[in-house]
Amino acid sequence: MNTGDVLPEQTYTVTRADLVRYAGASGDFNPIHWSDRVATSVGLPGVIAHGMYTLALAARALDTWAAATGRVVELGCKFTRPVVVPDDETGVDVVVRGTVTNVTDAGVQISLDVSCGDEKVLGMPKAVLRA
Amino acid sequence: MAVDASLAGRTFPPTPPYTVSREKLVEFAHATGSTYDGHAAPATFPIVVAFAAMTALMQDPSVGIALHRVVHGEQRFTYTRPVVAGDRLTASLTVDSLRQIGGADIIGTRSEIADAEGRPVCTAFATLVHRGEEAAR
Repeated sequence: MNTGDVLPEQTYTVTRADLVRYAGASGDFNPIHWSDRVATSVGLPGVIAHGMYTLALAARALDTWAAATGRVVELGCKFTRPVVVPDDETGVDVVVRGTVTNVTDAGVQISLDVSCGDEKVLGMPKAVLRA
Repeated sequence: MAVDASLAGRTFPPTPPYTVSREKLVEFAHATGSTYDGHAAPATFPIVVAFAAMTALMQDPSVGIALHRVVHGEQRFTYTRPVVAGDRLTASLTVDSLRQIGGADIIGTRSEIADAEGRPVCTAFATLVHRGEEAAR
């Protein structure tokens, strides 16, 4: 990877079933991620994806671009907007884009863009891959 | 009610050791659409261990956090090495910072995740936003 490289865009579909599976795998059973009743009672439009699920999709894209696992040495973001996941078979698409911002002996810095529809859902997502 | 101001700088005891199984890594990878290759855990897997430390903080009655008012504001990981199957991991959480903004407590936490020999594996930084009763209305 070289500075300025635009990495191939990754699109991941998220359904309610994915959120249930992630709740079990991660141990985060907050009902706003599976109950419309609870989600709307706290002012959300409906069930939303775990922020960490969305960040995990960004990590999945990094593994794809690196063509290997275990190369991520730094990963982070702010959780700025919720990903609302409808109760249907179609789900919602999350798109992960990445640009290489710097390459040094210490690693490859990647600026990410994680969006749902026209909105960025993560704030300043970025990562460093081991060189 | 705001959380106790003396919380800043406090370090909590390490979480009980968590043994990372191959099956758990397969399950976690599958849940995020990835495939476990038998080597490194998915990069966000350490949240499982960090989450235990954050839960202990949030459930500590002396801290004064109401769980249903907490939102995950920010998350960052730095890795010394990837997590692998067979690791026995503990997380030690320190409250790095505490600020009040608009009736909310902004709690900056750092969980040092170490292996059975006490060697560092990963640091998980989480910002928890605890909305006060006024802000939540």
